[in-house]
Amino acid sequence: MLDKLWLIPLIPFAGFLLNGLFGKKIGNGLVTAVALAASGLTAMVSTLAVFQYLGAYPDHGRHLDRVYNWFTAGGIGTDVAFQLDPLSIVMLMVVTWVGFLIHLYSVGYMGEEDGYGRYFAYLNLFLSAMLILVLGSSYLFIFVGWEGVGLCSYLLIGFYYDRDYAAAAGKKAFIVNRIGDFGFLIAMFLMFNYAGTVDFAGVQSMAARGQLTPTVITAICLLLFLGACGKSAQIPLYIWLPDAMAGPTPVSALIHAATMVTAGVYMLVRSNLLYRMSPSAMMVVALIGGLTALFSATIAVAQNDIKKVLAYSTVSQLGFMFIGVGVGAFTSGIFHLVTHAFFKACLFLGAGSVIHAMGGEQDMRKMGGLRKKIPTTFWTFTVATIAISGFPPFAGFFSKDEILASAFATPYFPAVGKLVWLMGTVAAFFTAFYMFRLWYLTFTGDFRGTHEQEHHLHESPWTMTFPLQVLAVLSIIGGFIGLPQMLHTPVTNLLEHWMQPVIPEIEGIGKLIEIPVGTEATVALVSTLLAALAWYLARQRYRGRGLAADLATEQSHPGLVHTLENKYYVDEGYDATVVTPLRQLSIFSWKVIDGIIDGTLGLVGYTVAAIGDLLRFFQTGNVRNYALMLFGAVVILMWVFA
Amino acid sequence: MGFYDSGFPILSVITYLPLAGALLMLFINKENTGAIKTFATIVAAVDFVLSVPLWFYFDRKAAGLAMFQFRETASWIPSLGVKYSFGIDGIALLLILLTTMMGLIAVYSSYTAIDHRQKEYYILLLLLQTGMIGVFCALDFFLFYVFWEVMLVPMYFLIGIWGGQRRLYAAIKFFLYTLAGSVVMLLSILALYFFNSSGIPFLNIKGLGNAPSFDVLQFHQIGHLISPQLQFWIFLGFFLGFAIKVPMFPFHTWLPDAHVEAPTAGSVILAAVLLKMGTYGFVRFALPILPDGTRQLMIPIVTLSIIGIIYGALVSLVQKDMKKLVAYSSVSHLGFVMLGMFALNPMGLRGSVLQMINHGISTGALFLLVGIVYEQRHTRLISEYGGLAKQMPMYATLFLIAALSSMGLPALNGFIGEFTILLGVANANIWWAVFAAVGIVLGAAYLLWLYQRVFWGPLDNPANKVLKDVNKRELLTLLPLVACMIWIGIAPAPFFEMIEQPVDYIVQKVDPGYFKRQPVTYPSEAAERAAAVSSALAAIQAEVHR
Repeated sequence: MLDKLWLIPLIPFAGFLLNGLFGKKIGNGLVTAVALAASGLTAMVSTLAVFQYLGAYPDHGRHLDRVYNWFTAGGIGTDVAFQLDPLSIVMLMVVTWVGFLIHLYSVGYMGEEDGYGRYFAYLNLFLSAMLILVLGSSYLFIFVGWEGVGLCSYLLIGFYYDRDYAAAAGKKAFIVNRIGDFGFLIAMFLMFNYAGTVDFAGVQSMAARGQLTPTVITAICLLLFLGACGKSAQIPLYIWLPDAMAGPTPVSALIHAATMVTAGVYMLVRSNLLYRMSPSAMMVVALIGGLTALFSATIAVAQNDIKKVLAYSTVSQLGFMFIGVGVGAFTSGIFHLVTHAFFKACLFLGAGSVIHAMGGEQDMRKMGGLRKKIPTTFWTFTVATIAISGFPPFAGFFSKDEILASAFATPYFPAVGKLVWLMGTVAAFFTAFYMFRLWYLTFTGDFRGTHEQEHHLHESPWTMTFPLQVLAVLSIIGGFIGLPQMLHTPVTNLLEHWMQPVIPEIEGIGKLIEIPVGTEATVALVSTLLAALAWYLARQRYRGRGLAADLATEQSHPGLVHTLENKYYVDEGYDATVVTPLRQLSIFSWKVIDGIIDGTLGLVGYTVAAIGDLLRFFQTGNVRNYALMLFGAVVILMWVFA
Repeated sequence: MGFYDSGFPILSVITYLPLAGALLMLFINKENTGAIKTFATIVAAVDFVLSVPLWFYFDRKAAGLAMFQFRETASWIPSLGVKYSFGIDGIALLLILLTTMMGLIAVYSSYTAIDHRQKEYYILLLLLQTGMIGVFCALDFFLFYVFWEVMLVPMYFLIGIWGGQRRLYAAIKFFLYTLAGSVVMLLSILALYFFNSSGIPFLNIKGLGNAPSFDVLQFHQIGHLISPQLQFWIFLGFFLGFAIKVPMFPFHTWLPDAHVEAPTAGSVILAAVLLKMGTYGFVRFALPILPDGTRQLMIPIVTLSIIGIIYGALVSLVQKDMKKLVAYSSVSHLGFVMLGMFALNPMGLRGSVLQMINHGISTGALFLLVGIVYEQRHTRLISEYGGLAKQMPMYATLFLIAALSSMGLPALNGFIGEFTILLGVANANIWWAVFAAVGIVLGAAYLLWLYQRVFWGPLDNPANKVLKDVNKRELLTLLPLVACMIWIGIAPAPFFEMIEQPVDYIVQKVDPGYFKRQPVTYPSEAAERAAAVSSALAAIQAEVHR
């Protein structure tokens, strides 16, 4: 299997082709079979490959499977080549198995939709692109997957393409991502220029051997981060992700929570040697991550659309991952990526189940008291809520606290580290608050929707609840892959040991973080207490009171509430400062500049015509006149040249 | 197939077959449109089939002047030193294949689009074909110029007779623009001619005293002997002729009008092949003959190219007419081609040449696609459409693929071209690449916005509810193009291999010291590459274990 890694992305691609070309003809049953077979087989084949890898590489080195040379123009790393190493394996397992669960869930969720075949074709295509992204061995080759997942994201956000907002949201996602890709591209050009390769190992070994100047390394790091900001929805490019909720909910779970949006984190961890050689770039990453985490957590507090809350929550949680990467705790970033994939997928799928039960309603103001009607959804959602809020011993607690403690203890920029820790801690407080607000508004109190909706309320089919149950269990136990040092268990820091070959300790290059036990315990205690406080406040405001508290706040602080509701008017700001000027410039270019060019040419033409008129005077048709002119011309020429 | 490896004049056959077909068509009754169409299609198809084996019989490894293959030489006008000289290198070969393929598609796609004066129409299309292939084959400047002008006339009539409402304005604008360019180019050709032979006394230019000749390859050999100052002026003449054809900013304003007014097949040929005449002129003549002129004008041309990339993209953003949008996007894409070329290194040039082909395929496909709805609705206004994905799902899919190819999505052809170009450009100057890459962002913006407005949103215009999805014939014209997009996207190596020698030759001419400065830029052997990868790996692993 190890010499056929290309099969892994090819299987879902085959599923895409089958369902894409024949989906309409073969009927929903066969579409389901193809899609599930493709994603399930991919997961199994991937797992098999991992076991073979473990046998073949006891020291967990890098396995490289070169398929063929893609670009002849360029140096090393222009091959179509797949690799397997501890980091790829973590991503591979998350993507394929969570991917499979969400395929299964989609069978129930999308069952009654038009375009069932199209949906699964896109979903399989996404899986294929995502697998190229996590298995590719060079920046250039993962760029195929990187843009490929962007395309699928575009197509799936715009799945309900006949609705204007979905169409606009899809386009916005693609274009904003393209701005990030601009950075990715330039970073690759710099790698080619200075390192002569875009192979992961090649670039990093060139850097480690001191072949790249610090300026170049910093530039590459910042440009890669710009790419990550696009894909992983960080300030200033996060604006596409909330809009992306226009897509079907399973898509939001898979692409816009669990897998694709974490690609930026993956890439930065992949490039950890470069970042460790550029503390200033790391600081930018950490600060942007902290800012994003805090900023979007405050927005989530005031959203009433259940998916919008989760969308801003995702932006915020991705911010946490970047804090981890930025302060030098690369493993924690990946740790949080994994646990987040579990609990956020669970939350989104749970929200999907709620929306399904509500007949498409997403507004939490019309929900309430759903715990009795949809019990499985309720308990899985509750587990995931506790996990994201950071209560021990659920998954989110361990990963988030490892990140916060690392920020506190970072050796790279201690003062800024404390600031980032503070931002993260406050964000964590808000996280618990908005999650429990959502939980209380949705599941407790009285039902606030219409009678018709109430009559319609029902638990979802097993294809939907089964993935929820699996993910809920994972949200509980997922944290055990990264138990902190201070607990002194026999399985402490499994993930860190596992990731060690990818994040090697190298003399003279950016140290790895060691968190003092005291710091770890204090940080954990502080954030747990804050989460408890947030839960308590949410309970006070929303339990049994429904919307009363929010309405009161809107009365007393209308400005604040509206600012948050409208997401700090960032979209409007971009419209005024970027979109409109760009459009004006375009119109100016077209109407004015093209007009000037054509006007000038028209003038030339007119002049030529006028001269022609003048010359016509000499065209008398009288042969003797011509002879005279010829004679004159000869005289003049002789005078000039003789 | 002795036709391709003996002295058989295969290039002449491919060139004049459409002309012969056009002449034969004179004998078909003009009422018999079925026969006219079938005959024209057969001629174009045979021409294409004849051209394909060139790909297999061409020796890709031949370097230097030997890379010009399938040579035909005969004396033509001895007193002026004019020879009938044909021969192609890898660049010309790819462009000829593009031409014969697009020629066939153009003929086949016109069956229902052209409903009056069909006989003249197909005759002109075939004449155009002869002119275009001849330009790529000619290795004698005189002969080249003849084909260059021959090409102009059919296109003028195609726009002027079968065009849209402002067809006369557009046709005349097209004609005058290109004519002005080719007159200046003629002066440059004459300057070269006299420099090589008798000199130009009244400009105080001493000739080399060779026998009079228009031999392009001979000029390749003697060009560098021309004084830098004179090279500048000669280059400027070529530049005007070719830059108008490309078209480079600010000589582009004929293009949107010509495209909008031309019938679909005209637009396809115009975008796919005629625009490449300009870029081809640069790589075949201006660069290798005039190294000093090239370097002197490098910065201005690079600047104009970057302006063109961004300008074309910006203007595309605000177009209301689909064809105009695609036309302006060509200005942007051809900016990339010119930029890559004037990076003056092998990587940039390879990308540039490949992007000529890519642009032909992608933009050709886009014009075909626009033509399909135009034929049914007789409007190209974007605002007239909306929600077509529901009504015409197959059409929507094909359009998306073409748009993605045009905006450079990896694993499709456009990406390979743009990336290679920018890689070469970044090697010359990273800031050029930064500015040019802005065009990639904008490229996604105008195409996706177009796609959103035409295909997504509600299907609320009743006129669109009767639109028919692509039929078999239309599908047949589009599928080969889609196949090429994917082929070049995932396995561009055969294409790069085809142009490797010509590109190295040109770089060697323009910048003789280049390969001395950069001895091993491209490890081409798999073993070499594997060794490099594993040594990089060994290094990092060693650091890991230390």
